[in-house]
Amino acid sequence: MSILDSKIPEGPLADKWTKHKNDINLVNPANKRLIDVIVVGTGLAGGSAAATLAELGYNVKAFCFQDSPRRAHSIAAQGGINAAKNYQGDGDSTYRLFYDTVKGGDYRSREANVHRLAEVSTNIIDQCVAQGVPFAREYGGLLDNRSFGGVLVSRTFYAKGQTGQQLLLGAYAAMNRQIGRGKIKMYTRHEMLDVVKVDGKARGIIARNLITGEIERHSAHAVVLGTGGYGNAFYLSTYAMGSNVTAAWKAHKRGAFFANPCYTQIHPTCIPVSGDHQSKLTLMSESLRNDGRIWVPKHKKDVEAIRNGSLKPTDLAEEDRDYYLERRYPAFGNLVPRDVASRAAKERCDAGYGVNQTGEAVYLDFAAAIERYGKEQAYVKGLNVDDKKLVTDLGKKVVENKYGNLFQMYEKIVDQNPYETPMMIYPAVHYTMGGLWVDYNLMTTVPGLYAIGEANFSDHGANRLGASALMQGLADGYFVLPYTIGDYLAHDIRTGEIPTDSKEFDEAEQKVRADIDKLINNEGSKSVDYFHKRLGKIMWNKCGMARNEKDLKEAISEIAALRDEFYKDVFVPGTQDEYNEELAKAGRVADFLELGELFAKDALEREESAGGHFREEYQTESGEALRRPEFQYVSAWEYKGKPSEAVHHKEALEYENIEVKERSYK
Amino acid sequence: MNLTLKIWRQKSANDKGKIVDYPVSGISPDMSFLEMLDVLNQELIEKGESPVVFDHDCREGICGSCSLYINGRAHGPQTKITACQLHMRSFEDGETIYIEPWRAEAFPVIKDLMVDRTSFDRIQQAGGFISVNTSGNTQDANAIPIEKENADKAFDAATCIGCGACVASCKNSSAMLFVSAKVSQFALLPQGQVEATDRVLNMVKQMDEEGFGNCTNTGACEVECPKGISLENIARMNREYLTASLKG
Amino acid sequence: MSGILNSSIGRKFAMALSALFLMVFLLQHFAINILSVFSPDTFNDVSHFMGTFWVIQYLLQPVLIFGVIFHFVMGFVLEYKNNKARKVSYAKTSHAANSTWMSRNMLLTGAVVLAFMVLHFIDFWIPEINTKYIVGDMSGLVDPANTESGYRYYEELVHKFHSPLRVAAYAISFILLSLHLLHGFNSAFQSVGANNKYVKGLKGFSKVYAIGVPLGFIFIALFHYFTH
Repeated sequence: MSILDSKIPEGPLADKWTKHKNDINLVNPANKRLIDVIVVGTGLAGGSAAATLAELGYNVKAFCFQDSPRRAHSIAAQGGINAAKNYQGDGDSTYRLFYDTVKGGDYRSREANVHRLAEVSTNIIDQCVAQGVPFAREYGGLLDNRSFGGVLVSRTFYAKGQTGQQLLLGAYAAMNRQIGRGKIKMYTRHEMLDVVKVDGKARGIIARNLITGEIERHSAHAVVLGTGGYGNAFYLSTYAMGSNVTAAWKAHKRGAFFANPCYTQIHPTCIPVSGDHQSKLTLMSESLRNDGRIWVPKHKKDVEAIRNGSLKPTDLAEEDRDYYLERRYPAFGNLVPRDVASRAAKERCDAGYGVNQTGEAVYLDFAAAIERYGKEQAYVKGLNVDDKKLVTDLGKKVVENKYGNLFQMYEKIVDQNPYETPMMIYPAVHYTMGGLWVDYNLMTTVPGLYAIGEANFSDHGANRLGASALMQGLADGYFVLPYTIGDYLAHDIRTGEIPTDSKEFDEAEQKVRADIDKLINNEGSKSVDYFHKRLGKIMWNKCGMARNEKDLKEAISEIAALRDEFYKDVFVPGTQDEYNEELAKAGRVADFLELGELFAKDALEREESAGGHFREEYQTESGEALRRPEFQYVSAWEYKGKPSEAVHHKEALEYENIEVKERSYK
Repeated sequence: MNLTLKIWRQKSANDKGKIVDYPVSGISPDMSFLEMLDVLNQELIEKGESPVVFDHDCREGICGSCSLYINGRAHGPQTKITACQLHMRSFEDGETIYIEPWRAEAFPVIKDLMVDRTSFDRIQQAGGFISVNTSGNTQDANAIPIEKENADKAFDAATCIGCGACVASCKNSSAMLFVSAKVSQFALLPQGQVEATDRVLNMVKQMDEEGFGNCTNTGACEVECPKGISLENIARMNREYLTASLKG
Repeated sequence: MSGILNSSIGRKFAMALSALFLMVFLLQHFAINILSVFSPDTFNDVSHFMGTFWVIQYLLQPVLIFGVIFHFVMGFVLEYKNNKARKVSYAKTSHAANSTWMSRNMLLTGAVVLAFMVLHFIDFWIPEINTKYIVGDMSGLVDPANTESGYRYYEELVHKFHSPLRVAAYAISFILLSLHLLHGFNSAFQSVGANNKYVKGLKGFSKVYAIGVPLGFIFIALFHYFTH
């Protein structure tokens, strides 16, 4: 038996969560006032958790590195949030959302967690509407839905292309209410640099005030990490510049197991890289695939002509285009899940059909949608459906209404008008399904240390479906953690305030100071970005959309070597007693350099293809991912001083309510 | 492209600060404005000088971190975008570009181009919310239909990213567009009605205490707002405030 | 309602209300003055009525004086507060890109109008008050001893516009008043919270008012300068 105890409650799947809530310990309201909780990160998960815990009566200290909790990167989520409301009457149900999520995750997630997620999904929508989140509505005044990749129903609620922003502002508003009441003490521009363990339990953190450089000790009865994913290990990604793994990695070093680090989502519709100067990639919402058709030219000669500018994509005849997703996956077409769409794009580009200078771009074309909508509108308005210009104009209006802001963003960045010529897109790192291992209560292997949202590994398996990240973040923060944390804190009602002058705090603070001293006093010659970019290149080329044994082994040794070089030759300007972005970045990159190695090690260990993890050695004849039953487990890595010495633990995944099948979208 | 940058450098909140000239070369028109600053910063680091500090995070125009006053305009010469979405193709080779921080007493400079916008947070804390507990026991989301026109207007107001360009552009450093966007979002929704009176009074009170100036309806904020938030929201807040004053 | 003037929105509201009142007054003033062009007799009759009717003299006139003073004082208070909100100014600004000159220079245009009003008071109002309330001549006649001499108002008006300097000052002031109104008219509506389709419909009217009324005043001045 594994040392990993997932603590999944007994009983039928659909009753587990209700039963669990009835069974666990509660803390009475008077005692909650005696208990402090630290929440690190103020995105959807952290923000909603902080607000809810404060509402319940706990004393919350919340931390974020941004200047305001409202700027956490959840804000950038565009498309929407799933919920099994079945408002459209198209056959949706809790079970179906559960089923789609497990299947979408390529049967690498925990049944009980996912079912709970599907159960509470409907509460999220109710809650957010009550908070004043302005979801899109139909003319009848009821909520509108759209469909997303990998599913056959319309269950995605949205607020134009800014759903993440609106949901985060909802959580931020809930936090503000508690900050105003004094129940949340907010620490902005603070970065967590270590977890402090006392008697084996998480009892506080060491944080650095980014403005003054001061190192601070904060104690609490429990610590919650809602610190997001680690996709910036790839340097170029759709993550925010500041997104980092540091909090999760420090927790890992203090004993929290890191699960499935190799599961990374590469989003199919991002704006392609334009040059070496690029600092980040911009996502174009998956919702665009509702109406956009993805293609490359059928013939190499046309590819050449397009690249050298002698042929315009709009002039290429229909029969000379390869709508490869529609060709390969007739049932789901352009709405296949993200991992499938991304790999298909890579396959075409690797075969030499990429349509831009770098050969790494495919078309996302709205001409058909514009024509279809235009005809519809012309018909409804009783106008001439054969008038091409009229139809195009009407169609453009419809498309503008649906995606106007995205089209505008594309035009600003690329300087091409997507209403006139197809968009160019290419996959980019977007989300990490892996993260800190947590049990059913969302507690890591360190007692009292919790991980929620993208920071944990639990709900998405090997691949996340679109519009599910927002769902999971809010589910964890609003509806799961506030219950489960009580079970643990019920034992702490007599503990009293945790002192910060203990030897454990001393030790942790000294370690943080030593790390900072080392970086700031290093007499190197290369900037932090220099190393980060190099790490990103290794990650992208060898641990990216397709991986193989040889590359992964090389990646492991290259990353380890790069890490040594980093410590020898990195140069951090300025001092530690001031706002010093380079110093903050150096600390983050140092952690990415360790995580990257574990990432590659995990990918090497997993000799199968599943979701976002594609091993070239394991594919079907038609090039689809080949899952292997012997790998039906969660990999959880225990830190032992170095990534190369991490100890591998397995949590077996059992599917009692879903038949594990080949994942087909054909 | 070769450019001359005139950048505000200020070591700390108490430092006096001044404009410093930096020539940069080899800038590609495809770079974003912030990537151009990255190039400068890498050069400064190589020379052992301290890099220019500016707020930035998502670099896709939604987090509201970036706050650069470029050539006399918030977020630069283009409208409806943030500085991170601004690309160098909007400038001419050889151009001189002024880069300054947001200027307002309510947004004190922290370092170089980075300012403290926590006054915005405090305004929100004064009432920018609907007091509903996150129990999940609220009524069904479709229980109250909301007229699409109002829902859309509420959404348009809610798109504010809290960057502060409105304050920076306003000759009076007024925060009315920001505050009115939040007040409007809730005023347009039935959920927001219950607390409407207290909300607008408290938020405006906090806004005044933070030291923002008075709105004189120049409309600069609306033009420079990266999300195009309408002046109608300010009128709506005025209305809300005046009726609330009569009630309260 | 208490303390509304302590809030930024309240101050703007008060500013807008006084402005709306002054704009009504200005229109009324113009309506009477333009009579001088068409019919000196009617002008005299109306002027006499306005100058002696107690409701106007003892109720509306003090309100008007209060309105004028309030509008000016509040204008300076707002400007002071607004300057305080940004103590360090930008090295480079491009205000023209996002707002009109008029909207940014209300204090300047207002100050010129204020200077004009001082002149106007010296020219008309002080002698008028002197005649009526100090000397005690409430007859409004050119020669109080001679009831046949007719009202003096038209004659005084014509007399003032003999001086080309005064006419020039008058014209310049009204041009600035026009600029003041071009922003102020709509701004007042915005400040009281009216910004709906009806108010937007007023935009055209506001231009007609802001340009037409001051132009009309200038026309009156020029008319009398050239015809007498």
